[in-house]
Amino acid sequence: MLPTESKKALSFKRYIEDGDLVIVYERHDVMKPVVVSKNGVLQNRFGVYKHSDWIGKPLGTKVFSNKGKFVYLLAPTPELWTLVLSHRTQILYIADISFVVMYLEVVPGCVVLESGTGSGSLSTTLARAVAPTGHVYSFDFHEQRAESAREDFEKTGISSLVTVEVRDIQGQGFPEKLSGLADSVFLDLPQPWLAVPSAAKMLKHDGVLCSFSPCIEQVQRTCEVLRSDFIEIRTFEVLLRTYEVKEVKVDTSSMVGESHDEDNGGSRPCKRKHRSNEEGNISQDNDSSTTTSVVMARPCSEARGHTGYLTFARLQCLS
Amino acid sequence: MEFNKDQASVSENKSQDPNPRFAFEGCSVLLDVNDGDRLVFARLSGGAILKIGNKNYSLKPLIGAPFGSLFQVENGEEGSFLSRILPVKQENNSNNVIDDSRDNRELVDNNEAQSLTGEEIEAMRREGAKGDEIIEALIANSKTFDKKFQFSQEKYKLKKQKKYAPKLLLRRPFARSICEAYFKKYPSRIGFIRVDALSLLLTMANVTAYSDVLVVDMVGGLVTGAVAERLGGTGYVCNAYKGKYPYSVEMVRMFNFSDKVIERIVQSSISELSSPASSEENNQQEVVYNAEININEPSTSDMVVEEISVTAEATVVGAVAPECKIIKAPKAGAKASKEAIQMWRENGFSSLIIAAQDQDPWSVAKDVLPLLSYSAPFAIYHQYLQPLATCMHNLQQEKMAINLQITEPWLREYQVLPSRSHPHMQMSSFGGYVLSGIRISTTS
Repeated sequence: MLPTESKKALSFKRYIEDGDLVIVYERHDVMKPVVVSKNGVLQNRFGVYKHSDWIGKPLGTKVFSNKGKFVYLLAPTPELWTLVLSHRTQILYIADISFVVMYLEVVPGCVVLESGTGSGSLSTTLARAVAPTGHVYSFDFHEQRAESAREDFEKTGISSLVTVEVRDIQGQGFPEKLSGLADSVFLDLPQPWLAVPSAAKMLKHDGVLCSFSPCIEQVQRTCEVLRSDFIEIRTFEVLLRTYEVKEVKVDTSSMVGESHDEDNGGSRPCKRKHRSNEEGNISQDNDSSTTTSVVMARPCSEARGHTGYLTFARLQCLS
Repeated sequence: MEFNKDQASVSENKSQDPNPRFAFEGCSVLLDVNDGDRLVFARLSGGAILKIGNKNYSLKPLIGAPFGSLFQVENGEEGSFLSRILPVKQENNSNNVIDDSRDNRELVDNNEAQSLTGEEIEAMRREGAKGDEIIEALIANSKTFDKKFQFSQEKYKLKKQKKYAPKLLLRRPFARSICEAYFKKYPSRIGFIRVDALSLLLTMANVTAYSDVLVVDMVGGLVTGAVAERLGGTGYVCNAYKGKYPYSVEMVRMFNFSDKVIERIVQSSISELSSPASSEENNQQEVVYNAEININEPSTSDMVVEEISVTAEATVVGAVAPECKIIKAPKAGAKASKEAIQMWRENGFSSLIIAAQDQDPWSVAKDVLPLLSYSAPFAIYHQYLQPLATCMHNLQQEKMAINLQITEPWLREYQVLPSRSHPHMQMSSFGGYVLSGIRISTTS
């Protein structure tokens, strides 16, 4: 997924090969990760797609099923991956993820610690940010989850950038060997305040910590603990509002004044459909009424109303 | 990793560590006065001066100090100066607040509560009293302080601290802090891009090491700089421009980029990138020269977000310009090489970000989107919704892209204090719109 050397950059890797991970795109809400194999087939409600037809085609093109229906094959990115990965836990979404990476000041070469690993949604974006020379150390107390995450990172080709370990960070803290090496630490734990002292030990001075918690009570307790070693403690909530865009036919005729020869004695409270016999004083080319096609946008009616609070803090500089 | 504070190795740090942790002479720093009340960009030099309140302070004590260090104003025999303070560990003392039975019912606003006069305070200062001592004296001479509710007492202390013992925090300029500082002070210069919108642009466009990122940056270089920060000296960020003259990217200078990173910031005209032939590049030469000057001559406007005295700028010119001449540091915004342009013509760019103020996004997108390779993601910023909606509609109609979405990030900050947690009373209600999508092949 991530180019680890210049020859592997997306712009140089344009043709699908056997063994590639691609995202099969049906619609914006129907996507599936598929590893291409010579003899493989993909079956969906549109029919059967042979992988062998895909090999040698550029990414971003249409491929057709035996019934002539098409899907798109896309290069995987952390954003697409977040939409298709299997949810073993509640995951972080794009608004939170992008804000976290920005606020943790993660740049290539950074060392970032994370707990828990969860479904690996954030880990993938963190790996993208530290590449090519940095590293993400991710910890989860759940053995199976850690294993599944490792398998995913293998599949997405980022395993050289992320190390997953099984460890109870709230109970044991981060491993001593990483002491003083972390540029940033991310906590997504039920009781983050228990891990804060250990996180402080791991961070380089002036390093940034982020704690993600759904409940304000968790934030409250975390902030109380943070105040002893950290400065610039700030708590945010980030949400996304998405918009629907549609071409809509709207009536653009005036409410009054367009039909002078007709009844213009008094203003009418209701909108009235104009007839076409108004001898072309409007340049629209439709017959029955003066309508125009306009592209309009409005917010989608439903949205995620809350994910979690993001608390950031910077390790105090004591030396 | 070991860091050395003496000058010689500090300047080496500049080129080696992608993440420098000490302020060195000539570096760009962000100064945070009184916990975010005021943010100032400055370039550190022996003569640089910052004005706090009605006094000027030399920034010399900041050179060599680690980023994140805190400074406080102190009064000495030769006047006031900045002095580094090491914070004392705070104990947790927060659990008994609710039991406080005092309240503000007897507080009368008649200006008689404080018996210390302005002259007396000034006299204390002249005698070299520390800020904290002045605050203690103010509290001791306040008739109402003891009667105040605990929260009000804290507020009172904080207010007096800001006035009599201002604190200054030395911060590293990052895309995050640069965007925040501009958004707070001069949002129109960066097209009203709030930091969460900027982070969304970088994420949606899949910016990562070794990628070739095409940007149309008409927001002073904020986007170019933020992309370069994520590239870490690999790949390229190519700022494409319409017409003859490249857009200014002077904000890039605030990032403290190493030469390795600077080399990766290039520019080219859209028509040159789009033209199929490869031999018509000579006529662009003088234009390029123009852009370089723009970025590398310390100009008067980009040094400072807020007022910094003229002396600071004067010394900056003295300190930075000769260095450029002698060392011949690579210049940000150099013209893209023929090889690079040829490579992009053949392979396409791997991501695209458009932040073009006062431009119709569709007019720009229809020209630059074909420069992307298939399956490459893009993100278009605009401060108005309608042109983005039209752009999205046209992209759909022309079947140029899929996974199209217009999003508007929403950011709310909270005050979190024992028994006093709530959203901030003031918030920014708008940070911009982002149209994102993935380019596809129109032929099958």
